[in-house]
Amino acid sequence: MPTLGDVLEGKEICICAGSGGVGKTTTSAAIATGMAAQGLKVCVLTIDPAKRLADSLGLKELGNEARRVDPALFEKQGVEMKGELWAMMLDAKATFDELIARHAADEESRDRVLENRIYQQISSALAGSQEYMAMEKLFELHGSGEFDLLVLDTPPTRNALDFLDAPKRLTQFIEGRSLRVFMKPTGLAAKVAGRGASVALSVFKRIVGFDLLADLAEFFNAFSGMVDGFQARAKRVNSLLADPHTCFLVVCGPQGEPIDEAVYFHRKLVEAKLPVGGVIVNKVHYPAEQLRGEEGDLPAALAEKLGDDGLAGRVADNFADYQALAERDARNIERLANELHASGVIRVPYLDEDVHDLAGLAQINRYLFATGEERVAMAAGRA
Amino acid sequence: MRGYSYGQPLFLPPIEIARNHPIPDLLDKRLVFVTGKGGVGKTTVAVALGLRAAAEGKRTIVCEVASQENASRMFDHTEVGFHEVEMEENLWSISIDPDESMREYVLLQLKVRAMRDMLFRSRIFNYLAAATPGLKELVTIGKIWELAQLDRKVKSGRKYDLVIVDAPATGHGIGFLETPRTFAAIARVGPIHSQAQRLDSFITDHEQTGTAIVALPEEMPVNESAALENDLRDEVGVAVDRVYLNGLYPERFSKAEAERLTGLAAGEEGAVRAAARAALSEHGRARSQRAQLARLRRRVKAPVKTLPFLFEPELGPEAARQLAKRLS
Repeated sequence: MPTLGDVLEGKEICICAGSGGVGKTTTSAAIATGMAAQGLKVCVLTIDPAKRLADSLGLKELGNEARRVDPALFEKQGVEMKGELWAMMLDAKATFDELIARHAADEESRDRVLENRIYQQISSALAGSQEYMAMEKLFELHGSGEFDLLVLDTPPTRNALDFLDAPKRLTQFIEGRSLRVFMKPTGLAAKVAGRGASVALSVFKRIVGFDLLADLAEFFNAFSGMVDGFQARAKRVNSLLADPHTCFLVVCGPQGEPIDEAVYFHRKLVEAKLPVGGVIVNKVHYPAEQLRGEEGDLPAALAEKLGDDGLAGRVADNFADYQALAERDARNIERLANELHASGVIRVPYLDEDVHDLAGLAQINRYLFATGEERVAMAAGRA
Repeated sequence: MRGYSYGQPLFLPPIEIARNHPIPDLLDKRLVFVTGKGGVGKTTVAVALGLRAAAEGKRTIVCEVASQENASRMFDHTEVGFHEVEMEENLWSISIDPDESMREYVLLQLKVRAMRDMLFRSRIFNYLAAATPGLKELVTIGKIWELAQLDRKVKSGRKYDLVIVDAPATGHGIGFLETPRTFAAIARVGPIHSQAQRLDSFITDHEQTGTAIVALPEEMPVNESAALENDLRDEVGVAVDRVYLNGLYPERFSKAEAERLTGLAAGEEGAVRAAARAALSEHGRARSQRAQLARLRRRVKAPVKTLPFLFEPELGPEAARQLAKRLS
């Protein structure tokens, strides 16, 4: 089975995807650190509003500009940093504004969009705009050629699929098929103003109010000149995602539900013909497999060594609980592995210490970039 | 501290208010949002709260909003969909679909049948309904509000004492609860404007509506929960009644016992060594989690309650029942 280093060999973009709460941010930071340590100039991007990435990289804050992580910090952790690690937090609204400025024919039409209240809502709040802007920034940074590898920590969507559909939804909205209806001289703008309003429109107007509808009409009008530019750009972003130099990694946890989601998400990526590098399962309880069949007299053996029946019983019970979780994780991961066929599953163990700083990242990296056998050996030496 | 200008004695008025209007306890409210980041166990806690309220004799409904059907799955129930389905005595469940909510909303708004049919078939209407930012979230919250009314808008709707919402993960969570206010601002006049305002005042009415934040005993989730509490209180203006720290390991071994096990973990072989190491690992985690619990207590204003980690391969209705007993 290839190691993560093999999977990422020659890649220019790595996208970490998965549902919330599975350690995506930490994993993205660890991957970027690991690849930078090997000599690449790497930038990790996040749009997580919770500033988790900054926390874990020892940075006070991250801005819309890439910042280099102080190499001295790695030295302190005993990590040899041959390359450079950079990080940035994406400001979706600022990126959207830049995009409008680029596509607008002149300053007047740019300002008309930027000042429209519907646009202001969309650029910061519409589901999907964050995801779309993440891809947009990725595209821009990739085009600049400044970095060898870009690692993207995708936003925390409840359903991992939202991330894939978001750019499509957003461009569909902007280029909307019904748009032509609105753009005609007798279109929405005119109808809103009162002349020739269809019954449907007047009912909608009654429900949402005249103001909102007028803003919508204004928004579509202001956007009409930019639709072509947007479409072309979206097409190029999509082909970048499908490029062989791009690699999707699915990140998940070992419980039943996250595994189900990872299986589903993996299937969707394959269907969409996007390049999948594998699945990373975090917080796995590694089983002590070599012990099967030996546990029978464990309480007695422990009692003999400890000279304390009560403590021996608790140690044995705790071990049984732990083994049950390890067996569950193993079953779930097997189900995942069957689904994946060729692509690999990388298991990162549930470490005794919670990972939130560079020291933790260094520890995770030893597992992420190890071979399968090395990982089992490391985990066995630990638990 | 909203509403008090600088220069006035800040500590007096809140106490007065507390005395005159005691804030009802979490399950005595009409509506409770269970919120927190992804993967912290929001669904389990929402269902456990539902079971607890039902056991106290309250007619309770648990709502899901992202068509995940996690709650019905916990009950081994087939998908409930946009229906109020009885799970247990006094406990119902519904999965709120925005399109269905929109439909229901229009049905309630328009009394003339021909007009409704025309509207649903209209391409412009469907496009505008899909294109208006925040409208889906708004009608979802509208449905939640409708469920919480004693005077239900839906014909022969069941009256509930308590509505519990398994809210979307944060990041989107605050945005979700802020939707009515945002909407009231963008639609300056008209029926949606006044309805959005009504929803906002219901959500921010501390006697009617509460929130419970679910957290995990780890560094970053604790930081995020503290930030979430701030945002919920100061930006959205909702009451934060509880923070549930979920998945807390039991303290199975004392420090002295852990020291005795260190020798076994290093020296012995086979099962004895593995068991000793598992015990030390449990001891280590339990201790670092206690440190996180202390940090959480220092950083949030709401009372922090703990929920135990359940050593069970999959969490089903039994797990939710166990947790329901431990809720306070």
